Amino acid sequence: MHEKNSNDQVLIDGSRLIIESLARAGADAFIGYPITPANLLYLYGSQRMEMMLPAPDEITTVQWMAGLSATGKLPVTATSFPGFALMTESVNMAYMMELPMVIVLVQRLGPATGTATCGAQGDLLLLNGVLSGGHPIPVLGTSSFEDCWSLSARALEIAVKQRTPVILLTSKEEVMTQKSFDISRLETISKVERKWYDKDCCDYKPYKPTGLVPDFLPVTQAEHQVRLTASTHDQDGILQHSSPEALANTRRLEEKIRTTMKEDYLFYHLDHQEGAEKLVTAYGISAAAAREAVRKMRREGKKVSLFIPKTLLPLPPAYGEILSGYRRVVIAEENMNNQLGSLLFGQKMPENIRFVGNLGKMIAPEEIEKEVMS
Amino acid sequence: MTGSMIKSQNLPYCKGCGHDLIARSSTEALERLGYNPLDVIAVTDIGCHGIIDKCLNTHTVHGLHGRSVALGAGISFGTGNQDQKIVVFVGDGGTTIGLQHIMEAARLNLNVTVVVHNNMLYGMTGGQSSGLTPRGFCTTTSFKGNPFTGYDICKLAHTAGARYVSRIMGVGNITEAMMKAFDQEGFSLVEVMEICPSYGVKLNPRRKLKEIVKESGREVGEWTNDLPPFTNQQEDKTANLLDKTPVIATSFKHQLQKPYSLIISGSAGEGVQLAANIFAKAAMSAGLHATQKGSYPVTVGVGFSTAEINVSPEEVLFHGISIPDVALITSSDGLQHNRLRIERMQHGKLFIDSSLTPPKTGAEVIRRDFRSVGARNAAIHAILYLCRQTGILDESSVYHIIQEEGKADKLPVDKIKKAMES
Ligand SMILES: Cc1ncc(C[n+]2csc(CCOP(=O)(O)OP(=O)(O)O)c2C)c(N)n1
Ligand code: SF4
Ligand SMILES: [Mg+2]
Repeated sequence: MHEKNSNDQVLIDGSRLIIESLARAGADAFIGYPITPANLLYLYGSQRMEMMLPAPDEITTVQWMAGLSATGKLPVTATSFPGFALMTESVNMAYMMELPMVIVLVQRLGPATGTATCGAQGDLLLLNGVLSGGHPIPVLGTSSFEDCWSLSARALEIAVKQRTPVILLTSKEEVMTQKSFDISRLETISKVERKWYDKDCCDYKPYKPTGLVPDFLPVTQAEHQVRLTASTHDQDGILQHSSPEALANTRRLEEKIRTTMKEDYLFYHLDHQEGAEKLVTAYGISAAAAREAVRKMRREGKKVSLFIPKTLLPLPPAYGEILSGYRRVVIAEENMNNQLGSLLFGQKMPENIRFVGNLGKMIAPEEIEKEVMS
Repeated sequence: MTGSMIKSQNLPYCKGCGHDLIARSSTEALERLGYNPLDVIAVTDIGCHGIIDKCLNTHTVHGLHGRSVALGAGISFGTGNQDQKIVVFVGDGGTTIGLQHIMEAARLNLNVTVVVHNNMLYGMTGGQSSGLTPRGFCTTTSFKGNPFTGYDICKLAHTAGARYVSRIMGVGNITEAMMKAFDQEGFSLVEVMEICPSYGVKLNPRRKLKEIVKESGREVGEWTNDLPPFTNQQEDKTANLLDKTPVIATSFKHQLQKPYSLIISGSAGEGVQLAANIFAKAAMSAGLHATQKGSYPVTVGVGFSTAEINVSPEEVLFHGISIPDVALITSSDGLQHNRLRIERMQHGKLFIDSSLTPPKTGAEVIRRDFRSVGARNAAIHAILYLCRQTGILDESSVYHIIQEEGKADKLPVDKIKKAMES
């Protein structure tokens, strides 16, 4: 790693940081089907990952990833909504089978094909309901180059430790724009430690949890039988209609993600200014504008706080608490419908929650400032 | 673990179901080939045939309808050796919905054997016609007989490149035929023809399986391709992606007091993004922060090419530019794409190629024949001219980056220098 006190300025994009970080954390396969604006991730993935396989479509992508994951590999892909839509059923499968993998979802303007080369933040609500049954899937959102670096490794760690697919949510402008950046600021990333079931131990039950997560064994060993299934199943991995043991397993999947995400993987940045009654809240690409707006307002002597959520789903209960400490909250998100706000407050948006949205272009700092000051 | 591949003698199918024979024969074939149960990874699809997994002593992977071949493919990439046997059990339904996966596995000749349980209908969901249902065969969705031709999966897999394909009748002793299919390097597929007693037999009374198969034009047989089995071949890899982004040392000075935004726009293929990249890096070599964003139409080779650049003495948090401080326009494509923004400029500067008519704008207009050095060099010419006119960057920092980045052979530096003096 670079010396901490050096200043290693490079011109770099977020895609490069994401892939390098995932690789250092232990990702060893990149599977994908090209799609703008995720193509740089695909390119870097193919250059960096030990194994790169070009899948013929996005359903195949996640199926191949699941197969690799069952053998003990840690696969990664990158896509945008049209590809992610195809992946949905297979992501559900990997979740049910408890197979680790990371999907980088680069948001672009929808619906449907929309505009491939235009950024957006339109997929949070989709992710919130992407698993049948309303099960939560871990979603981390990048809001800076530091996040592209640190959160990517965290995403892989969650995937491994919780045995689950994890979504790293980003957007076009974050992964395609080049910016000067001091790479000596990057934290050291070490390989995620994987603990497999002790093969010499007693009988192995593929879905018997230790704590909330079952121990992993790959299908490549011949000591213990491994059963993986996407059907409702008991601890042996045998299909059950709705036996108590099988339903307990399905419940555990929900609990596993909810508990660990709010306890061990709660990532956010709260920059509270003493005496501030107003809070700017933004994640992803809009966090850049929020940072700029807050920097400017503070220079002008205005008191304002900044909140950048990074653990996006399952939505941490802590966020409601944070927001409740302010007289006015401005949420900035590049869509028309305040997806983060609606996750927090549902249909009944409190009076003091203001929304700044945009479609087809990034929210500008001035738009946020205007809403804060109005 | 050694011993029997199959756990139970009572398999979970309706009486007389052809799936029963396939399950018994497959497991017996694998045993006779010398595999131990845990040498085998059985991937099962969704359908009546797929519920076999609970009866197997092998590793079992039970996924989605139609996706089993892709899932098995993924496992084969991961096992990377021939010691383990990957067997995929799929129906004619799964073959229909997941046809692409079979074609792909055959094309790549993955080390997988696919057993197609072709009972000519979707058994589990009530006996509807599938893509493999033969013309004239009666199902619960075509009582008068299927009006369409069914896929010949053997022909398709063979054409896709499968090393070994066979079609057999699912009656009598099929163990040896199964052994042959399993004992292949590369992709193999065996299509077992059967009839589902619950729907097929009822709806096609007095018709014999053999006769149905024959009338559908499907032959029993084997087809091979002399193509290599899959090996994992990878391009050369990079050990560290960060090594590919050179650190830019501060070797120049700047006088910039506040953020400065710039757009350069011209036509695709005219070096706009390269010039922007050089400018951004030159700014960095003067200790400034920089951002560079490119935009172009979906087809990269035609139309406009625009680069948006911010340079600033402090970190650029937000890189969006609505109305720039300076616009450099080198072609009419570039002008078209940015006309609105230029019209909205109330101050700042517009550098525009002299062949173009400047739009109404509040910016100071500076016209120059940027294209005199050739269309491909117009953008870098404009950048250098901007530096000379405004002093935003030291011209030599631009030349320095051209050298450092090894772009000197791409850009005719001497020619550009000469043009700068004219
Ligand atoms: C994506 C999806 N679509 C539809 C289904 C419903 N479905 C379950 S089994 C099946 C058909 C099974 O037919 P086949 O593969 O021929 O197996 P068989 O039951 O005849 O053995 C269908 C359509 C599903 N599970 N998943
Ligand atoms: S419905 Fe048909 S295919 Fe399914 S088990 Fe019964 S006989 Fe076999
Ligand atoms: Mg069938």
